[in-house]
Amino acid sequence: MARGLRFCVLLILSVQPLLAQTKAKAENVPEIAFTSVPNFFKLPADLYFGEGIGIATNSKGHVFVYTRSGDTRLLEFDQNGSYVREIGQGVYGLEFAHAVRVDRQDNIWVVDEGTNMVIKFNPEGRVVMVLGRRPEPVAGPFDSTQPAAPPEKYRFGRPTDVTFDQQGNIFVSDGYVNSRVVKFDRSGRFVKAVGDRGAGPNQLNTPHSITSDAQGNIYVGDRGNARVQVFDNDLNLKASYDNVGSPWAVCVSPPPNQFLFVSNSNPDSNPAASWAITGEIYKMELNGRIIGKFGKAGKRLGEFSTVHEIDCRNPNELFVSEISAWRAQKLILNTKSSTSSASLTGRVP
Amino acid sequence: MTRTSGLLGAATVLAAAVLSAQAVPEIAFQSVATPDLLKFPDNVHMGEAAGVATNSKGDIFLYTRTGNPSMTLGTSRAVSHGGSRLFQFDRNGKFVREIGQGSYGMLQAQQVRVDAGDNVWVVDQMSTQVIKFDPNGRVQLILSRKPEAMRVPALPLTPLATGVPVVQKAAEGPAAGPGAGAPPGAGGRGGALPGAGAEGESFQRPTDVAWDKAGNIYVADGYGNARIAKYDPNGKYIKSWGSRGSAQGQFNIVHGIAIDAQGTVYVADEGNKRIQTFDADGTFKTQFTSVGTPTAICITPSQPQFIYVAHTGDPDGMEDAAIYKMALDGKVVGKFGSAGKEIKQFGLVNSIDCRNENELLVGELSNWRVQKLTLKAAR
Repeated sequence: MARGLRFCVLLILSVQPLLAQTKAKAENVPEIAFTSVPNFFKLPADLYFGEGIGIATNSKGHVFVYTRSGDTRLLEFDQNGSYVREIGQGVYGLEFAHAVRVDRQDNIWVVDEGTNMVIKFNPEGRVVMVLGRRPEPVAGPFDSTQPAAPPEKYRFGRPTDVTFDQQGNIFVSDGYVNSRVVKFDRSGRFVKAVGDRGAGPNQLNTPHSITSDAQGNIYVGDRGNARVQVFDNDLNLKASYDNVGSPWAVCVSPPPNQFLFVSNSNPDSNPAASWAITGEIYKMELNGRIIGKFGKAGKRLGEFSTVHEIDCRNPNELFVSEISAWRAQKLILNTKSSTSSASLTGRVP
Repeated sequence: MTRTSGLLGAATVLAAAVLSAQAVPEIAFQSVATPDLLKFPDNVHMGEAAGVATNSKGDIFLYTRTGNPSMTLGTSRAVSHGGSRLFQFDRNGKFVREIGQGSYGMLQAQQVRVDAGDNVWVVDQMSTQVIKFDPNGRVQLILSRKPEAMRVPALPLTPLATGVPVVQKAAEGPAAGPGAGAPPGAGGRGGALPGAGAEGESFQRPTDVAWDKAGNIYVADGYGNARIAKYDPNGKYIKSWGSRGSAQGQFNIVHGIAIDAQGTVYVADEGNKRIQTFDADGTFKTQFTSVGTPTAICITPSQPQFIYVAHTGDPDGMEDAAIYKMALDGKVVGKFGSAGKEIKQFGLVNSIDCRNENELLVGELSNWRVQKLTLKAAR
């Protein structure tokens, strides 16, 4: 009975991420005007972005793009969008990009859902720590549909994202197969985990993105449940924001005046009906109050094709990477006015 | 060719002509083929010539299946890599460049087309994607999404009671995540007709792309679905039509699409051995059944316009092949070529470029070859 019930629940839940399109409950949200910078990224002639999975900046304004092209690649650009270098060519754990984040020491962390790895590169681009372990190749492409029970401390099930607190503790959202948040100390030693699959208070359904504020609170984009779950530093649930659609990407800007950005992305499978009700990004205060929103689903510059990660180191100059359009955009938000519609600039493809 | 075999060939033509109730004149032609036609750099080789097309300057684009497509071990997803490449040559066959190196969606080449603005569009059957490159070779637009976990082998086409092949629906596991996607085939979401696909972009083994004068995009979709999907010039979904079957407006492997200057849509309905035509809203207009099994279609920009259709009558390209020339009303004005591996013979023609009415480029699958055909003008 219990087993049968669990199976049913799994089946039902399994449908949801495919239909990860949720019209946000919030209404009458002011529009934040913005522009998208045309042709910001200058790619060498023989280099192409694939799916724009991850994007992050470091303290110097360099931009790191973690992309699913023919191979999954980590590319670095300077603050003007000029190409600097590729990092981690041929590294054992780079196979199927999911997120990139830069910590306060400018280390570059990538989360790879193909190899179940979280990999820390130092600013020079060398591997200095790994979390998780890639399945051995003799296993072949393995069945990743069933979560390990109970989930193992140091093995992930298609992890999605990583964040850090001021002490350097590491928090991993894990993920598609597991449904939890795992806390490690700065040395990579397991501390605690919270969550299993479901819609209850301490449950998660595809925790897809994770970020933290200066107080060490953890914000989890609980995509399948269409809510942002806020935990304290010991992973006790504090709050839930369920009015901004399905949070594909979350980002908290630096102190002192921190903001939370949440993307209710249009789904990557692009069902036609989704474009009218998804695609926008919300700007919120940390307590959940919505300040405004911007953007809509579409393929033109200044429109969004499944935003998958947001960088908000500068809350008025965001970077977003998008799955479906194989691109990343730099957005300049107009913070002075809240007008009725977003302005678009740049070429129309 | 000996006189005797020539006569036999003529007799065969006559027999076919009786069946179609009209005599089909042979069009004389010459051919130049790769490797003479296109000069590859050392150590770069073409494989199956899935797509060949020219731009307004006469530059030649080749989208070819070449080695080695691969799947990854030791991963949570059956991630696929590589397998097809897009090359550009000038009008004299000199190599210009490769486009889209290491791109995410180039796995199994299916077609390449160049639009009125010289943008280069590739259609990839395995990634299920349509990719638009601008004339500088940069990605401008993406339609559909590559499955994160590739299903290999693809689900087979098996016959319905009607004899029309349909992709069998796979059992859905609890796998989920972005792009886990619906399994190929049976109807997409919401209980639509088989092959009707999902409203939006989820192609299933698409085959071809075309545009009307307003720049609206029409995708032939394809093997796994059985429909035409229409988008505005910015890639916003407008509508789709068709399902799997043999009635008017239904398809059994949509293998090619072309649009004339009036906006009439011509669809190569391979499995039903016919060309169907539609208006821009997908309303059925007429069908042509006089050109065998159509595997490639092209409409000339000439005045008047003509249609070229490649007929492929056997799976190896060794028994039965020809290219037909038709008027827009379906009247066959001539045919040329035969099956085989020699020059002027055709092995599974998958692509025709007819920017110049009497100088065609054809891409062949089984012969790993592009031929440039110079036709003797009939008029």
